[in-house]
Amino acid sequence: MQIKVMTSILERNDQISAALQERFEKAGIFVLNLLGSPGCGKTSLLEKTIHALKDTLSIAVIEGDLFTAKDAERIEQHGVPVVQINTAGGCHLDANMIDGVLDCLDLDTLDVIVIENVGNLVCPAEFNIGEDCKVTVLSITEGDDKPLKYPLIFKQASAVILNKIDLLPYTNFDLKAAEKDITSIHPGITLLPVSCQTGTGLETWFNWLIEQVQIKKGKESK
Amino acid sequence: MHEMSIAQGILDIVLKTAAEHNAVRISYIKLLIGQMTQIEPESLTFGFAALAANTIADGAKVDITIVPLVGECNGCGQQFTVERYSFLCPLCQSANVLVVSGRELAVDYLEVE
Repeated sequence: MQIKVMTSILERNDQISAALQERFEKAGIFVLNLLGSPGCGKTSLLEKTIHALKDTLSIAVIEGDLFTAKDAERIEQHGVPVVQINTAGGCHLDANMIDGVLDCLDLDTLDVIVIENVGNLVCPAEFNIGEDCKVTVLSITEGDDKPLKYPLIFKQASAVILNKIDLLPYTNFDLKAAEKDITSIHPGITLLPVSCQTGTGLETWFNWLIEQVQIKKGKESK
Repeated sequence: MHEMSIAQGILDIVLKTAAEHNAVRISYIKLLIGQMTQIEPESLTFGFAALAANTIADGAKVDITIVPLVGECNGCGQQFTVERYSFLCPLCQSANVLVVSGRELAVDYLEVE
């Protein structure tokens, strides 16, 4: 006997993600899913962001990592709430993992939650975790061929941060070519070239983030 | 390697569906996997076989149809196969392109006894 099913395999994850979104919506919190390879500078970017914005925005961080709490320890030094999720070898965070740690945060006091996903350009792109948007970090040292090799993570992102641009003179990274590939995968995407080392471009990123939070708060007050 | 989580999702769906139809064995599972998903079919079928052991889906044939990536231009209405992940309309260059197919990750149908 044949049975027609036609059910999305990610349906359960998407249901939990939608429930999380509703919870964040009620609390008026903007949630960002921060993606990128290991070593692209996700945690450095977060540290710079917290340092610059912690008096303007109430920020909390959820850290995804395979086994360690190294990133959470770095974030903790900046005096913001941080929760560590260890995936024990799992290559991505899923909505259920976020649901499981939310009680560790006081949602009523927060403007922003940044979820730093497991360093990986492949798997995290498939799993919604209740976020308002995904932001992908691509660093110059990874090479300009990565957008076309891992298109989904660039298609799903609202903004791409091109980090380590201070290293451009020392590499064969073609910034124009990479930007062209990213915008053909995702026309209209926000591209933010930065260097966490020198601070170049970070102001534009901070302003982008503040704007997203204000848009969310505006929606909430309606 | 998130194929194991996907395989677990498939197993949950097929066991639930089979139970609803009082089936005693699942012999065939048809999956639709979009071209723009991050799935390695061999890892997926391997992972599924391991998870399905000792269930009524043990030994089920898993058949995957890859769904091509197709866009539709909201400007001129042109439908086109997306090449090199370029989501610009090849006819009018509009950036306002809808993904019609190619993002599927679904159980299409089962054959049960």
